[in-house]
Amino acid sequence: MIRENSLSSRLFDYGNHLFLAGFALLCLLPLIHIFAVSLSGRGPANGGFVSFWPLDFTLENYDQVIGSQVFLRSLFISFQRVVLGVSLNMALIVLCAYPLSKSPLVFRGRNVLIWVFVFAMLFDGGLIPTFLVVRSLGLLNKLGALILPGAVPIFSVILMMNFFRDIPRELEESALIDGASHWRVLWHIYLPLSLPAIATLTLFAAVGHWNAWFDGLIYMTDSNNYPMQTYLRTVVVELDLTRVGVTPQELLRLSDRAIRGAQIIVATVPILVVYPFLQRYFISGIRLGAVKE
Amino acid sequence: MLLKAGLAKRHEPLRAYLGRSWPLYAMILPGLLFILLFRYLPMYGVIIAFQDFSPAKGFAASRWVGFDNFDFLFSLPEFSRIFSNTLIIAVLKLALDQLGAIVLALLINEARNLVFRRSIQTLIYLPHFLSWIVLGGILLDILSPFGIVNNVVRALGHEPQLFLGSNDWFRITIIGSSLWKGVGFSTVVYLAALTAISPTLQEAAAIDGAGRFRRIWHIILPGIRPTVVLLAALSLGDVLQAGFEQILTLYSPAVYRTGDIIDTYVYRVGLVSAQYSLAGAVGLFKSVIGFFLIVASYWLADRYAGYRIL
Repeated sequence: MIRENSLSSRLFDYGNHLFLAGFALLCLLPLIHIFAVSLSGRGPANGGFVSFWPLDFTLENYDQVIGSQVFLRSLFISFQRVVLGVSLNMALIVLCAYPLSKSPLVFRGRNVLIWVFVFAMLFDGGLIPTFLVVRSLGLLNKLGALILPGAVPIFSVILMMNFFRDIPRELEESALIDGASHWRVLWHIYLPLSLPAIATLTLFAAVGHWNAWFDGLIYMTDSNNYPMQTYLRTVVVELDLTRVGVTPQELLRLSDRAIRGAQIIVATVPILVVYPFLQRYFISGIRLGAVKE
Repeated sequence: MLLKAGLAKRHEPLRAYLGRSWPLYAMILPGLLFILLFRYLPMYGVIIAFQDFSPAKGFAASRWVGFDNFDFLFSLPEFSRIFSNTLIIAVLKLALDQLGAIVLALLINEARNLVFRRSIQTLIYLPHFLSWIVLGGILLDILSPFGIVNNVVRALGHEPQLFLGSNDWFRITIIGSSLWKGVGFSTVVYLAALTAISPTLQEAAAIDGAGRFRRIWHIILPGIRPTVVLLAALSLGDVLQAGFEQILTLYSPAVYRTGDIIDTYVYRVGLVSAQYSLAGAVGLFKSVIGFFLIVASYWLADRYAGYRIL
């Protein structure tokens, strides 16, 4: 490590630390503000008096949110979506990546199939045709509409494929010579060696499913089927509560600033819970060849 | 060696080959079906752009109208507006995000205390993982006329501003908030590149009397040049991605002039007003340009940075 002791260099160090700390704080402050609002009484919250510390501290806003049928229902739909959607994603990623990681000698047709996958990633049929397809399959208002259209994340398949390719060939060859099937090779050799990659992709898929809202907005014509983020949109962004079928009383309650804050915080908690794991893995995710996303 | 093991015989009879290799096809089949259904079928569905599509008749029976939808689209005053809004917002976002990420990564790299570095990284990556609904809800609250930002503006003796409702501010707010969400995470790639720069090279330079800023200029910056080139090439593929989810969350009719982009227009025309063919035409226009941009960006990335996805 190089030691710098010149005055200009030390001044730079102070300034640099200060700047970085300030920027990091800037990333956190809006969340802290909303958190403070969500813990404040209705009066100070609506009046805009709360900054970064709750005024008239109360947990009532959270009681209201947890007690709201609409909110709980959307939360449940989101949980279902994450569990089923991520399981399907991961199963398909692994099952597609394994054959595609083989040479065309071992897996005839591999070079054609990889282009079928890559072209599907590069060319987008677009919002309207995709919507029409999903609708004509009868998926509107079904959980399937949130899970099936994105069941194969092609970029992740390619990352996984590249990861599989780095696994030493000798391991699988000796297993195949001993009479193991490809199923066994995948299950007993490839999967155990790919756990970091699988963990990375699983976490990213889970965050993606949890955060998704646009598909809920277009595929769920009945707002009772909204996943949490889509529901949240009607409450905190659109402020159109007629869409979520609540009584005028509940409407007033749920659109209250402090309660909006509480709902935002509840929606964020699962991300904060998995965030330490995410952080541990996404550096290795980058090494897999991912640039972003 | 492979031949002896019977793993890859070039002229092996099909029956024997399949007897051993059928699991590979069984594995890929479900994923392939999903892709055909949800990626390729919509590609076929782009034909609605050349039809007077009616849902009752479906893709096959709707009336063909040639390029009428496109003629109509190009004659609309909205068209040049959404196209230029998309380009302006997307390009500014990409440029500022990359520039900001490089500077931020260099600064983090200069901070020597490891605990401090880790904490900074933890905090600045976080907004990337929050949805635009959550961040949009926060922004709508803090930027509202009586939100915390305008409280500060008032305290400083200025008039409160409509950051999301005025055409003077909308793009700035959009680009600024997108930067705020993403620039921290964008440093990940550069920080990875920075750790790969040889410390001995830097120590040698220090011994030869190079100060901190000369080391940054002559060793560190050249060291991350390939990464900069790569990301610049890849970002070409994104110049029509102005941030659909963000803008749909934050915009309103008052700011269509500066903030309406191709994607939001497609959504409104197609799914809110159900003019499928017109929206399909806009969408196809974007898909085709987007396709060539991505192909060009991968070509450039391969040519100038040796990056291949396959």
